[in-house]
Amino acid sequence: MTEAAAPGLVELLGYGFLRNAVAAGLLAAVLCGVVGTFVVVRRLVFLGGGIAHAAFGGLGACYWAGIDPRIGAAAVAVVSALVLGRTEQVRGRWGDAVIGVLWAVGMAVGIVFLHATPGYAPDLMTYLFGNILTVGDTDVALTAALVALVLLLLALYFKELTALAFDPEFAAVQGVPVRAAGTTLLVVVALAVVLLIHLVGILLVIALLAIPPAISLMLVHRFGAVMLLSTVIGAAVTLGGLALSWAWDLPSGPVIVLLGAALMLAVAGGKRLARLRGPAG
Amino acid sequence: MNASPTRPTPPAPNPVADPGPPLIEVDRVTAGYRREAILEEVLLTVRADDFLAVIGPNGGGKTTLVKVILGLLEPWSGEVRRHLSDRRGAMGYVPQHAGFDQAFPMRVSDVVRTGRLGLRGPLRRWSAADRRAVAGAIERYGLERVARDPVGSLSGGQLQRTLIARAMVGEPEILFLDEPLASIDTEFRGRLVDALVEINRAIPLVVVTHDLTPFAGVVRQIACINRRLFYHPSGELSAEMLEEAYGCPVELIAHGVPHRVLADHDHLHAGGPGHDRHD
Repeated sequence: MTEAAAPGLVELLGYGFLRNAVAAGLLAAVLCGVVGTFVVVRRLVFLGGGIAHAAFGGLGACYWAGIDPRIGAAAVAVVSALVLGRTEQVRGRWGDAVIGVLWAVGMAVGIVFLHATPGYAPDLMTYLFGNILTVGDTDVALTAALVALVLLLLALYFKELTALAFDPEFAAVQGVPVRAAGTTLLVVVALAVVLLIHLVGILLVIALLAIPPAISLMLVHRFGAVMLLSTVIGAAVTLGGLALSWAWDLPSGPVIVLLGAALMLAVAGGKRLARLRGPAG
Repeated sequence: MNASPTRPTPPAPNPVADPGPPLIEVDRVTAGYRREAILEEVLLTVRADDFLAVIGPNGGGKTTLVKVILGLLEPWSGEVRRHLSDRRGAMGYVPQHAGFDQAFPMRVSDVVRTGRLGLRGPLRRWSAADRRAVAGAIERYGLERVARDPVGSLSGGQLQRTLIARAMVGEPEILFLDEPLASIDTEFRGRLVDALVEINRAIPLVVVTHDLTPFAGVVRQIACINRRLFYHPSGELSAEMLEEAYGCPVELIAHGVPHRVLADHDHLHAGGPGHDRHD
């Protein structure tokens, strides 16, 4: 595969769209690593899924109205993140159901609007499954801005964020503004989800947030290390998936997710083997 | 004891023994979740020398009371006055450890260090003083061997000591513990109680527990919570009080503790050996 893909890729880096794809993949890796780690340890994976699908409603509506779909997607994502964050407090009873309803209603609204849009019908598959090769300059710039914001927050508040993720109540007793931090986290998750939609699509975006941290959590045991390793794994998976999809002429989103899943299986299997072998010899 | 220089009022005179100035005053607090009131019109004072056990039936509001005092839950009415220094983390908290995410990627020393957050404040790096304090707490609570291990690998007793170390490393002026002996082997309970007695030499303790037995002879006050607070003078625990709180005299017999608590209490703090007004 590398023989077939690598020389081609190197030449093709001359093309703007491929440069954008690589840049988007690397930036996405940071979001996978940092935001994804919070999403996984705080059990927000399905909240992220709900946000992504709800965002599709805003995306479709803006498309229909002739506005930049990113605006609608981001607005709906942020609003639904805040709504879901609030219902999270009563989780167990309603939080789960609210996520499910928002999930389905967002998809329904989006599809209705896309079908109602006159003239050129946008490629539904691109939104659902993503296409890293359609990432434009603006997308890269927006993702870079979010990555910069995320890294800034992380640099300023790493010790508070770690404590918060482990034990919100204790962090609150220690004076961490837990509610404000939680809201910020939800908004960042919403924006990350919207920007990752370009790469792997609405249906697969939660895999991109969940898989790299899930792999890292099997291997390292410190919060910062999980973030760092998740970023590296995120980069390997997005860029590796991009290369494979190019080489095999397959859609990039599913290939990225499947590569991540394969890596996760390999690590889980490797750990199990090591454990089986451990006591024996 | 004089934990806070800003405390306005001198300690109230007490003919028996000086219980110290009030640090926490819970004034007619009603609180709960959603529409259900868990606490009703609760009055409670915690003083500088207290070792207060908060007992009561499950769902009676023991944990809720602690959360209101800690500021984690806003009371619906009434207020909590805290005569502590203004800094964050002046109240130490050791939560029930059953609810923790055991797989969370943190070393034991990292967890202990989060207890310094209130002292350090935001936008500041951990300092050498933080490192020394963490190392000291790790040593004091016998965690040297597991300090670099993931927190998920600890036994119940080790995790409990980690949480106590985390609370103590922040130099609290009062310490709250929620069921500190739950899921700890009987053999280690005595050592943990000893550690609490040691802490109590410097600061007041409030211990939520469903079982007084391990604390017999060390607690000095008992509050019984079942929606209302049934008891708290710094002294006696009457059968009537317990009975009213639990609504079940069998419960008192099953506990079988109050007499022993009072006997030891008198022995330690009120009278000489053999003096036992309860009998």
